[in-house]
Amino acid sequence: MTVEQIVSEGKDQFPIGMRVLAVDDDPTCLLLLGTLLRRCQYHVTTTSQAKTALKMLRENKNKFDLVISDVHMPDMDGFKLLEHVGLEMDLPVIMLSANGDTKLVMKGITHGACDYLLKPVRIEELQNIWQHVVRRKKKDRCNSGSKDKPHPDSGEDAGIGNVDNNGKLNKKRKDQNEDEDDERDENGHDNEDPSAQKKPRVVWSVELHRKFVAAVNQLGIDKAVPKKILELMNVEKLTRENVASHLQKFRLYLKRISCVANQQANMAAALGTADSAYLRMGSLNGLGNFHTLAGSDQLHNAAFRSFPPSGVLGRLNTPAGLGIRGLPSPGTIQLGHVQNSGNPTNDLSKLQSFVPGNHNTNILQGMPMSLELDRLQHNKSVGHIGELPTTDSTTVFPGSGSLVDARITGFSNNPLLGVTSNSLMLEGSSQQATSHTSVSAIGFQNGNALSDFTLIAPASNQLQDSKADSQGQASLINCNAGQIIRSAPQEWNAPRKDAPYQSHALINSSIPINSAMIQLGQCLDRNNSIFHRTTDLDSVGPLNFVDPLSIKQSEGDNYIMEPSVIEKEGYLMFQPRPHGSHVPDNTGSLKDLASAMMKQEDDLGCNGYSLRTSI
Amino acid sequence: MERNPMRRQLASMRKSLFDQGYLDEQFMELEQLLDDANPNFVEEVVTLYYRDSARLILNLDRALERRPLDFSKLDGLMHQFKGSSSSIGAKKVKAESTLFREYCKSGNAEGCMRTFQQLKKEYATLRKKLETYFQLARQIGPMESANRPK
Repeated sequence: MTVEQIVSEGKDQFPIGMRVLAVDDDPTCLLLLGTLLRRCQYHVTTTSQAKTALKMLRENKNKFDLVISDVHMPDMDGFKLLEHVGLEMDLPVIMLSANGDTKLVMKGITHGACDYLLKPVRIEELQNIWQHVVRRKKKDRCNSGSKDKPHPDSGEDAGIGNVDNNGKLNKKRKDQNEDEDDERDENGHDNEDPSAQKKPRVVWSVELHRKFVAAVNQLGIDKAVPKKILELMNVEKLTRENVASHLQKFRLYLKRISCVANQQANMAAALGTADSAYLRMGSLNGLGNFHTLAGSDQLHNAAFRSFPPSGVLGRLNTPAGLGIRGLPSPGTIQLGHVQNSGNPTNDLSKLQSFVPGNHNTNILQGMPMSLELDRLQHNKSVGHIGELPTTDSTTVFPGSGSLVDARITGFSNNPLLGVTSNSLMLEGSSQQATSHTSVSAIGFQNGNALSDFTLIAPASNQLQDSKADSQGQASLINCNAGQIIRSAPQEWNAPRKDAPYQSHALINSSIPINSAMIQLGQCLDRNNSIFHRTTDLDSVGPLNFVDPLSIKQSEGDNYIMEPSVIEKEGYLMFQPRPHGSHVPDNTGSLKDLASAMMKQEDDLGCNGYSLRTSI
Repeated sequence: MERNPMRRQLASMRKSLFDQGYLDEQFMELEQLLDDANPNFVEEVVTLYYRDSARLILNLDRALERRPLDFSKLDGLMHQFKGSSSSIGAKKVKAESTLFREYCKSGNAEGCMRTFQQLKKEYATLRKKLETYFQLARQIGPMESANRPK
């Protein structure tokens, strides 16, 4: 449908008379904006208070077509207003600011702004804002996004709304001198722009995500901008926009994880007491860093969810390092502690204590908590993966289902098990210097399914020590788990089933799990789900590591990894098999897990807990 | 008739404001908005600006007296100030604000204070010039002002 059509459909003289609500605390700017808008023949209402604006909008949802708001306002942050409007009224919102920093613009876009203008605003820029209204209407109407086809250059009149919105959205109006024509051209260009919607979807494979994560880690989550990430990744045909949107998701994921991590931490604490054996596994060395999502908390798990499970699997497999193996050997179990720096030292100590053999429960505890087993990790990767969510407690990435497998980058050895009640953090940090570098922490969400697997790929550093391999594997496992978990939205069972396979796949594939004990933190899955599951794990023989995992798997889903996998390495962490044995009970508490682990330990003997050995 | 020399004077005053870098294209944008319905639009906006920015300057002065300096607060205040200054096209003032913010970011107290003094000077100078300009414009007459050569 062309704009004209829409217009004639009853918009009368649209865009003339379009009702705009302008919000800006600066009276000078507000006056100017209002005047400019009136000059464009819109129907304008101005207010200097965001709260007043919201009130007006709420009073009558159909009163306005478009909202323009300043970013910096004293009574309410512009982004917050943006969110509210987006959620409650679903109106297009344009952000306005004197500050054109990429980060801010990105923030605006991620919060849902349909455009971001720089002050001082020029009339030419305002003359086209009606397209956002049209676009949204079309989208609502056909739900397929009207922005499919980029219009031919310069579209049908000044950038018909149908024009792909990427151009508009992505366009940062830094250049104040752009005039109307330019905008039109840009729209046209945007249409052609490869990053425009038309571009074939980029599939974020494990490998790709790994690179992405590595790049982000390298830059530091704060400084990671799409352009630089793109450069570091050096992947052909990947555009900045792809990276940008991926980054956005990643950040949301991190955020999510951090929230969950908090929960996890608590759980972990409970679990921690469970089994030291588990901790032993923890000796996985090096949890290396969790690079959990480089992002800090902002990653949405949803974003990760989007990662195709296969991808996850793939990812797990790929990193050579992912060594689930790590279980046995790496002494350090790094619990995905994703805390932002601050991980409570106790946690660490706990972990550490485990590793060395304390097995005291805290493994689990530690797990969720900061897994940074310092000891274990030689690297200092422990540091937290990127900016792990700050939850203070261990943050296992709880991801709700989103598996962050990207992180798994070669774990070196220590599979970190971030087993937190809900989230299982597996950190594959392996101390082993080899490859891995990523600690993958898989945060499992306790929730029903280990939905979130966050694999935190520990920085390579981490794994310095030995266990590196396992880490990789662990991470893999994690990934799978995550996926698996993800797949099972609410039930553990569901994912479980898959999990084994998935993990399996991962594990099998290539993870040279050397030592990484990847304990799927999931094991710690909170209460029941995991524990129950883990019981099943029991069955996995060699999986020492699995214990915790097994606990989780109690139901049998092996989240953890298929037994087969385990076998491979022997220590696979997860014993997917829900044979039920293991889990001491379904309470699913970490405790159980821990005890299960202990049991396992005994039982396993063989690879025995790779944890043990690894430790 | 006697308006012609005044008009010429006005035109040259205006030109020098641009040439000397006190105003930038944004001011021209404001002028574009003048019409019969809003013959004094530019003056209105500028007046509003001076009123509002006086408040900001006062806050900045106060904030600069505190020890230690709260750079993020200063930056925030200056950000606002910069926003409105750029809306009227106050070029030099805007440049000083940018510089001030740079100093804030790097935590340079000395730089901040120095720049702020400079900024206040530029602000005062511009204000005076614009006042003179508008006064003359008003003398010429509202209609004339509206039809001021662009």
